[in-house]
Amino acid sequence: MIPAAFDYKVADSAEAAISMLGEYGDDAKLLAGGHSLIPMMKFRLATPTVLVDVGRVSDLNYIRQDNGHLAIGAMTRHTEVEHSDVVKSAAPMLAHVASLVGDPSVRHRGTLGGTLAHSDPASDLPAAVLALGGTIVAQGPGGSREIAASDFFTGFFESVLAADEIITEVRIPTSTGGWNYQKFNRRAQDWAIVGVGVAEGGAGVSLVNMGSTPLRARAVEEAVAGGASAAEAAELAADGAEPMDDNNADAAYRTHLAKVLTRRALEAAGVS
Amino acid sequence: MSVNGQSQTHDVEPRTLLVHHIRENVGLTGTNIGCDTSSCGACTVHVDGQSVKSCTMLAMQAEGTAITTIEGLAGEARADGSATGEQNWHPMQEAFQQCHALQCGYCTPGMVMAATSFLKENASPTEHEVREGLEGNLCRCTGYHNIVKAVLSAAGES
Repeated sequence: MIPAAFDYKVADSAEAAISMLGEYGDDAKLLAGGHSLIPMMKFRLATPTVLVDVGRVSDLNYIRQDNGHLAIGAMTRHTEVEHSDVVKSAAPMLAHVASLVGDPSVRHRGTLGGTLAHSDPASDLPAAVLALGGTIVAQGPGGSREIAASDFFTGFFESVLAADEIITEVRIPTSTGGWNYQKFNRRAQDWAIVGVGVAEGGAGVSLVNMGSTPLRARAVEEAVAGGASAAEAAELAADGAEPMDDNNADAAYRTHLAKVLTRRALEAAGVS
Repeated sequence: MSVNGQSQTHDVEPRTLLVHHIRENVGLTGTNIGCDTSSCGACTVHVDGQSVKSCTMLAMQAEGTAITTIEGLAGEARADGSATGEQNWHPMQEAFQQCHALQCGYCTPGMVMAATSFLKENASPTEHEVREGLEGNLCRCTGYHNIVKAVLSAAGES
């Protein structure tokens, strides 16, 4: 399968990419690692006429600790997040979840900024960033803005990013509380049928593939904060969620799974 | 880009996938096309030393990189400079031969490339880690048992 024809442009900086996005408008897409976009282009589900390749903007590939948070450049590859000692120590959940994405070859190419911009409700890392209370830094022609991950995702493969904005950095508060991530799938390298992330001993709880966006399970977070047991809080896991039916599972099954996985994740994260 | 140590310059259409470029322009057909959807790993090559599914990368994205295919692995000199066997095979290729880690052989080039990349990240893996490390490569003969044996054997040797 070969994608529809397009023009290929290389951006050597975030500014160059923003300027090209402004020039080519809605016809352009950013290309980072390409492991979500290229498959969609091969299936002709996406047919951008201009690709702006930001995958080699080395300024956007870094992992460092700033004041009380971890700062990760948008073009940092999953394999780098997975193996980083800095990430393992400051936000171990993020390193663990990065190690569950796709397979090793996919993780050599996929980027943290790319998976967030793609906004797939079935992806692992967006949900991890949500549970961890992360912030996404986006840059556009007018400068940078910080967007809480909980305000970022707006719909199926949609986010608040404007057409001429690019994610430059992801910030994760240094995390010391109990955490766990449950990914339920049937085969190696599959997406989660349902996934649950628990961070900070239950203060942050997120759901994978339980609606059109990665979701925060706020009812569960509130119940935990109010002293509920893991089993009680988990019963609220699907509150407000609108899971889909697909070949893997129907909505009722996903709802059941979300509750079971949430209980397991809460217990593993230290909520009794 | 360089392919197996040789510098290459080609004009390609932007939509050309790396696997098509390697097979059709460079002329190296050891890299197979399997599922074409980044699931099976038959097209695995190394880009700057890391395994990549070349059906899911544009040739243009590989501009300026060093590509190694299965054809180039055999020629890669060992650290101590010693030649092994008639064809100077890579230890992983020897291990695949000795453990009979193939049946039809279609997945083999990708398996070998994925396995050599995996051992760079985990030099002495457990059996379970080998199985997880090769999760992106499918053998439809289901001959995984000997493949895992071969990777463990190659790891023991290095």
